[in-house]
Amino acid sequence: MKKKLSALLLIVMVCAVSATAQTRGALRINEIMVQNDSSVVDDYGCRSGWIELFNSSFAPLEISSVYITNNKAVLNISDAQERKKMMYAVPLGDVNTKMPKRQHVIFWADGEPTRGTFHTSFTLTPGQDNWVGVFDASAMNVIDSITVPASLLANTSYARAIDGKENEAEPEKTWEVRDNLTATTYITPSSNNIITDSNTKVETFKTQDKNGFAMTIMAMCIVFSALLLLCICFYIISKIGESISKRNKAKSQGATLNDMPASKHPEHDSGEEIAAIVMALHEHLDAHDQENTILTINKVKKAYSPWSSKIYSLREVPRR
Amino acid sequence: MTEFFISNLRDFWHLTGFYNATWEHFVMLAVGLFFIWLAIKKDFEPMLLVPIGFGMLIGNIPFNTEAGLEIGIYEEGSVLNILYNGVSAGWYPPLIFLGIGAMTDFSALIANPKLMLIGAAAQFGIFGAYMVALLLGFEPDQAGAIAIIGGADGPTAIFLSSKLAPNLMGAIAVSAYSYMALVPVIQPPLMRLFTTKKERLIKMKPARAVSQNEKIIFPIVGLLLTCFVVPSGIPLLGMLFFGNLLRECGVTTRLAKTASNALTDIVTILLGMTVGASTQASQFLTAETIGIFALGFMAFIIASSSGVLFVKLFNLFLPKSKKINPLIGNAGVSAVPMSARISNNLGLEYDPSNYLLMHAMGPNVSGVIGSAVAAGVLLGFLA
Repeated sequence: MKKKLSALLLIVMVCAVSATAQTRGALRINEIMVQNDSSVVDDYGCRSGWIELFNSSFAPLEISSVYITNNKAVLNISDAQERKKMMYAVPLGDVNTKMPKRQHVIFWADGEPTRGTFHTSFTLTPGQDNWVGVFDASAMNVIDSITVPASLLANTSYARAIDGKENEAEPEKTWEVRDNLTATTYITPSSNNIITDSNTKVETFKTQDKNGFAMTIMAMCIVFSALLLLCICFYIISKIGESISKRNKAKSQGATLNDMPASKHPEHDSGEEIAAIVMALHEHLDAHDQENTILTINKVKKAYSPWSSKIYSLREVPRR
Repeated sequence: MTEFFISNLRDFWHLTGFYNATWEHFVMLAVGLFFIWLAIKKDFEPMLLVPIGFGMLIGNIPFNTEAGLEIGIYEEGSVLNILYNGVSAGWYPPLIFLGIGAMTDFSALIANPKLMLIGAAAQFGIFGAYMVALLLGFEPDQAGAIAIIGGADGPTAIFLSSKLAPNLMGAIAVSAYSYMALVPVIQPPLMRLFTTKKERLIKMKPARAVSQNEKIIFPIVGLLLTCFVVPSGIPLLGMLFFGNLLRECGVTTRLAKTASNALTDIVTILLGMTVGASTQASQFLTAETIGIFALGFMAFIIASSSGVLFVKLFNLFLPKSKKINPLIGNAGVSAVPMSARISNNLGLEYDPSNYLLMHAMGPNVSGVIGSAVAAGVLLGFLA
């Protein structure tokens, strides 16, 4: 029994750990600028390449102790400690490493980690492919990675078309070059790649379902199907329950299921009628059996103590 | 010195309710008093209307909002604002659902699962109102929040409106609870209108006894099935079925008692009072509020009617011995147990031996599930 319980606890713990891993897994590389000559400056007034990370989940995400690197060679190293030495570890103890839901942080790829939590130990190199990877605390699992093409010009960024999302239908359109030249290609450090001022779902319903027919039909179908599913399920469960109780009854009487008579509800089996018969017998005949009976009404237990008595501690509620 | 006195007294006068009062405040105070009167004298949902009515008085006492006293319900950090967090963040309604689950006996529904469909049909009130709200010019998310009044479920209405249209929540909550209180007035004429005398006399077979195992399986299967279909209903449905499991499993009697008594009472007090207090005149007395009340009334009518009409339609496909009395159709709205009681009373009016209460409880509790599912659907589509 103890072994079984221990196994169960182990499974629960594994599930809990994987749930934690899932949360960390929500971290995404969202936008990267390799060569920054005229774009944003850091707290020191310096310009350098930057990497924007995005918390794609709807829960806060602690990113301390994740690893960031531009050295693809770490993938060939199997020893975690060796890997860690080659990467920038986001330090512990900074309150700013707790990312709110659906928010961004910028890491300055300036090779100056002493300037603060958000300054990496490596730099990005213009004119060549730049691979950037984010690893979890074990340094063994890649949370997200991207290769920024060598063709990316200075002061342009490589960004996800939709924050934190893959374009599964057309994967090549997941990432795009942003150059600040048009309204749709703005470089957006530390803010959403797509800036929306309204709820797109609401807007879609507003334009495509003006009278609400589609919503009504869809929603009623869902409500009906949910309750129909429950209805069918309980119809089946009640049938199974009936057959089990029949089998148990037959077993208790030492007969087989086939020997049992087909049970039919008697004509007068309603609770009200039985109660009425009992009351009539009690009232008019004053007849009582001396058999043992089972009381179906729970005894009201009033454990009185002057210490808990409301008479002494509360005033009586005025009667209307 | 005299000037000092006068200046301080003048400042104090500027802080008083008398100085800051407007006619809107008095209108809202009158509405609050009317609610309290309805609850105490007419016995209309007193558990809800007394806290809401008194909350209206609390929320509409005029004060100088620019004095920075941190006393208003919308002023961050004020006591009322802290209590209001349960409404604005939407965590009171799931706690109420926990209590409802711990109080509700689903036996009638388990014994006759087809009654669940009546609860589903009554949700048409929600979506009928949604269409009309769109027609009146409300945005789809606002229309969804208003339409949920048709589910006749206060906690669900508050939960959904806090997510879809927080600015309309006060009006929606008050409207939902007002119409729930008026169920005995609204439903009987509709039930008479849509049924014949012959239909009202239909006697339904007594429900079979439900085993303990079935009662335990119901909340588990119910949760898994409904939430797999509509995950956005998890907060409400999860707590509803959890409360019911506490009640039925037989080994958590203490927890079930707490959930159904003390916890529900505490949350009801806080919910009712803060919802009432959130109806500040400046936010409440608008043309939109009138629209919301009109739509809520219409949603109730559609929901009650569609439940009754659905039973009539359903009866066309049922054998004579299994016909359902259409008087239980109104109970598809989730005003538990008020609407089931109305079915019973109306049934007894036409046949003193025709007790419909237990039969009506089936659609009534399925209405609770149905309205939570409908809220989940609206949340999924529009949030």
